[in-house]
Amino acid sequence: MGILSLLIFIPFFTAMGVVFAPSPKSVRWVSLIGTGIHLILTFFVTIEYFNLASADSQLAIQQLSTKLYMVEKFDWFKSFGIQYYLGVDGISMSMVVLTSIIIFTGVLASWNVENRSKEFFALLLVLVTGVFGVFLSFDLFLFFMFYEVAVLPMYLLIGIWGTGPKEYSAMKLTLMLMVGSALLLVGILALFHASGLHTFDLIQLANVKFPKDFQNWVFPTIFIGFGILGALYPFHTWSPDGHASAPTAVSMLHAGVLMKLGGYGALRIAVYLLPEGAKEWGLFFMGLTTINILYGSLGAIKQKDLKYFTAYSSVSHCGMVLFGVATLNLMGFKGAVLQMFSHGIMTGLFFGLIGMVYGRTHTRIIPEMGGLVKVMPWLGVAFYIGGLASLGLPSLSGFVAESQIFMGGFFGNQWHSVTAMRVLTVLSTMSIVVTAVYVLRGLGTVFLGPIQDKHHEELTDATFTEKLTTGILIFTMFVVGIYPRVLVDMIEPAIYPILNRLNM
Amino acid sequence: MHMILNSPWIIPALPLLSFIIVGLFIRPLSPKIAAVVATLSVGCSFLLSLTLAWLFFTGPNPSQLSIPWSFEWLRFQPGLNIQMGFLLDPISAMMLVVVTSVSFLVHLYSMGYMHDDPGYGRFFTYLNLFTFSMLGLVISPNIFQMYVFWELVGVSSFLLIGFYYEKPSAVAASKKAFIVTRFADLGFLVGILLLGFLGYQVQQKLGSSDSLIAGLQSLDFQFLTHPTVLSELSNTGFLAIALVLIYIGAAGKSAMFPLHIWLPDAMEGPTPVSALIHAATMVVAGVYLVARMFPAFSTAPSALEVVSWIGLFTSAFAAIIACTQDDIKRVLAFSTLSQLGYMMFSLGVANLEHPLGYTASMFHLFTHAFFKALLFLGAGAVIHAVHTNDVWDMGGLRKKMPITHATFLIAVLAIAGVWPLAGFFSKDEILTAALEGGHYVHFIGGLAVAGLTAFYMARIYFLTFWGKGRTKATDHAHEAPFVMLLPLLILSVLSISAGWIPFAQYIHPLVQSAQEHSGHHGLNWTVVLSGSSMAAIGLLMSWFLYAQNDFNRVNNWISNFQGLYQVIKKKFYFDEIYLFITHKIIFRLIAGPIAWFDRHAVDGSVNLTGDAVQKSSSIITLIQTGQLQTYGVWFVLGTAVTLIFFWMTLL
Repeated sequence: MGILSLLIFIPFFTAMGVVFAPSPKSVRWVSLIGTGIHLILTFFVTIEYFNLASADSQLAIQQLSTKLYMVEKFDWFKSFGIQYYLGVDGISMSMVVLTSIIIFTGVLASWNVENRSKEFFALLLVLVTGVFGVFLSFDLFLFFMFYEVAVLPMYLLIGIWGTGPKEYSAMKLTLMLMVGSALLLVGILALFHASGLHTFDLIQLANVKFPKDFQNWVFPTIFIGFGILGALYPFHTWSPDGHASAPTAVSMLHAGVLMKLGGYGALRIAVYLLPEGAKEWGLFFMGLTTINILYGSLGAIKQKDLKYFTAYSSVSHCGMVLFGVATLNLMGFKGAVLQMFSHGIMTGLFFGLIGMVYGRTHTRIIPEMGGLVKVMPWLGVAFYIGGLASLGLPSLSGFVAESQIFMGGFFGNQWHSVTAMRVLTVLSTMSIVVTAVYVLRGLGTVFLGPIQDKHHEELTDATFTEKLTTGILIFTMFVVGIYPRVLVDMIEPAIYPILNRLNM
Repeated sequence: MHMILNSPWIIPALPLLSFIIVGLFIRPLSPKIAAVVATLSVGCSFLLSLTLAWLFFTGPNPSQLSIPWSFEWLRFQPGLNIQMGFLLDPISAMMLVVVTSVSFLVHLYSMGYMHDDPGYGRFFTYLNLFTFSMLGLVISPNIFQMYVFWELVGVSSFLLIGFYYEKPSAVAASKKAFIVTRFADLGFLVGILLLGFLGYQVQQKLGSSDSLIAGLQSLDFQFLTHPTVLSELSNTGFLAIALVLIYIGAAGKSAMFPLHIWLPDAMEGPTPVSALIHAATMVVAGVYLVARMFPAFSTAPSALEVVSWIGLFTSAFAAIIACTQDDIKRVLAFSTLSQLGYMMFSLGVANLEHPLGYTASMFHLFTHAFFKALLFLGAGAVIHAVHTNDVWDMGGLRKKMPITHATFLIAVLAIAGVWPLAGFFSKDEILTAALEGGHYVHFIGGLAVAGLTAFYMARIYFLTFWGKGRTKATDHAHEAPFVMLLPLLILSVLSISAGWIPFAQYIHPLVQSAQEHSGHHGLNWTVVLSGSSMAAIGLLMSWFLYAQNDFNRVNNWISNFQGLYQVIKKKFYFDEIYLFITHKIIFRLIAGPIAWFDRHAVDGSVNLTGDAVQKSSSIITLIQTGQLQTYGVWFVLGTAVTLIFFWMTLL
């Protein structure tokens, strides 16, 4: 078994281990050890990736098709042209690192799950198997299969372990995402047939020049299919309800990683395979995502529930990912991937922290809290760091991503009206003010000022596990924010093939 | 000693290192040691900065720009990459000294002032963070790095204003400061985007022919102030717009009208913070930014006009309000606004051919840092002693706090512009620049502001230190401890002497076209006489109204102009206007409806789709009767239709 297969299936094996674990306590430890091994392995794979890729980083600029490393490729269903085709490039690598960090901290954050913990951890790990599969597959059929593996367990995870109107939320989330999958399936099958190559091989399909009017309808189909998962306006409403009802680790994983599948697919499949469609529709989706960015952040101002608050914030930030993709230039693409990473870590931190605060105060309603930083300084400071990352403070990861996206949007491209792109970009930049408003208002109410509720005076600060969870995420945000080249050097070479195909 | 020229990064690195080590490890163990380490680190930076500035100004090329250290930080695209680094030129060398010296003195002072505070260690951690960020801003070799540190000083300011986090007014003030400056930074950001784009095009165009330009990235200051580049940029017609956008950022940080509203509220922070951040260093960042970009502003006179008029207006506007405020720190805050306006309009009346205003502005920035820090620290000593901010609750402190009194008096005279104190020289130079540049409105406005400044500063001085104590609080007042007095004494020496530095010899815009500047500038006697007499009038008026124990004269005067007085005292109701806009319009009329729309319209249609599917499926289930006979009929019918269909198509 190759190293990438190992990366995909370690969580699956861990899930098997969880199923056979004797006690609830051992369930947690098995999950933690499994994801811990995965994190370490990811670290070494990243180093190995840099070793392999640094040799041809100069060549990347002219490269026309994505160069994959550590490839595993063999026929699976030969008669249908389906392969088991794994590989990794810079974009995938960064996403794998993100997922690995999130699932490890997610397991830590679910340390207190008592109810059916075996099933919970098993489903969580199966879900993440699907996510790794998506990021590493370069065969569209395999990709789609993993995609469904990643999306479906969510229904059970929210429906069983959730809070509030969980059945409704789970149903809504699943159904809306299924609509996305359906669109996606149509798109993928159309690509398969139109190529005439009888293959699902993404790299081969990328060399096909699909007819323009074909691209013009397949591109939006696939983009919206992924966009639903990436919270594209107006298909984002599953996200606030879904996140609000989901248990902590599921919210972390869902907002942190699963929503990234949307942006990833939009870039990797929609734009890469259908450059002409992208040129046709880019400006339209830029407009739609501008709505996302502003509307999400304005919507967040009025939210009373911390989870809704964060969910709307996610709508705004995920909008930025798709905005970056729609700019169709180097900086926009780079920014989109950076933003996926940054938002993943940030929102993982947010949902993790909300779980921790809720575990103490038993409320998520913002006005019911106040002055909490006095009794829980660690959680308060961590929340503020997350908030500052969210409003794009330099030295944290969000800024690096957003500055690339805005610069990309402003520079425009040769296929769309540059003036229109600039107007949209300037509108989007306004979100940095709105974000500052809701972050400071929301967090200020919860953590600063005098303590509102007398019962809150006896609350305790973060435990060791919680400090570890938040510490890892905060550390990651600072690393990327202070030395962005760790990610930029990884991502950039993988962007060029997509860009060069657009410019062809 | 020359190692500092090769590795100047040590200067900002020391406070950063101290911030990390103190913040993570030392503070939880011992706040006392934390304070000492924090202070020492900034002290070392100060000595190094002083050495660096000395070597620079006495070195072979005291008017040359160099970047002794840099590294690649972020790649946008080739030609637009960001090199973080250390830029050394006259104004950055000057600012390094100003920032580290005031910061060091404030650290020292805070060891006494914050002594009993439960957040003692935290306070020093924040101060370190601020000092690092401010140094990073000052040494920025490109506008993007400046934006990065610009935001970081903003967040340090936020943390320090909201230092007393249990106090709702402090929390509100910190939010306000951050959001108002953030709003201004939006302009800055868009300005950077625009300038980056324009610069990038020029870079691509000229890069092949000019080897100097080829080596620069399009957001580097060296690139953006290069004469060839500037003439290309002004040909695009967007240069002035880009500069005005960038100026909006500068105006936010330097609290220019109408973005001034955050600064008076920022006085909620501990007084040493007000001295360091909201008087001497951070708020001058805006002035510094305009000065950095000065050759560009000079190429776009319309942008420079904006700078000068807003500067002048702010200067007068704030001075008028300052005359009516009773909170000693707020008076100082409005005074800071007014002086910042002074610096801005001084930049605005200069251009590359007549750079006197530029020099004067930097000169005033330099002297103002010392006397305004002194005023704040003196006010802090008073507040520390009487536990009130209201000047009407003070009085008679002259005898109880003799050293504080003496240093405060020096600072008042310095800011009023009395010869031979520092403020006299820098203010004189600003007025000279306005007069000689033919900007008569600015000259007269500047004179009026000078008079008002003398008046309101003397007003708080008399009310605080003269007469009899008006409340019990003054009875127990006592002189501050030595650790607080030492910074006061050092700053008063600087407030006296800083004006004698031959500034014009060293500080003037760097132009690559090798234009020679006249070194020394003689005194303009019109300016000296008119300026000094305005100061004298202000001081005398104040003495006449406030130095006696009987305030009937003032009260009569005020009651004659009750309406106007109240409007001024309420700061022309700007806070109320902003509150109305944010709460009533943005929150209630935009954010609220959006939240509702999302839940009811967008999500409503999702639910409607769901319901529709359920309804239609329940209709379709009617067909599922469970009766074999019915199914049979449907089956036969279906087969028939299919067959007919195929038959038709085959035909």
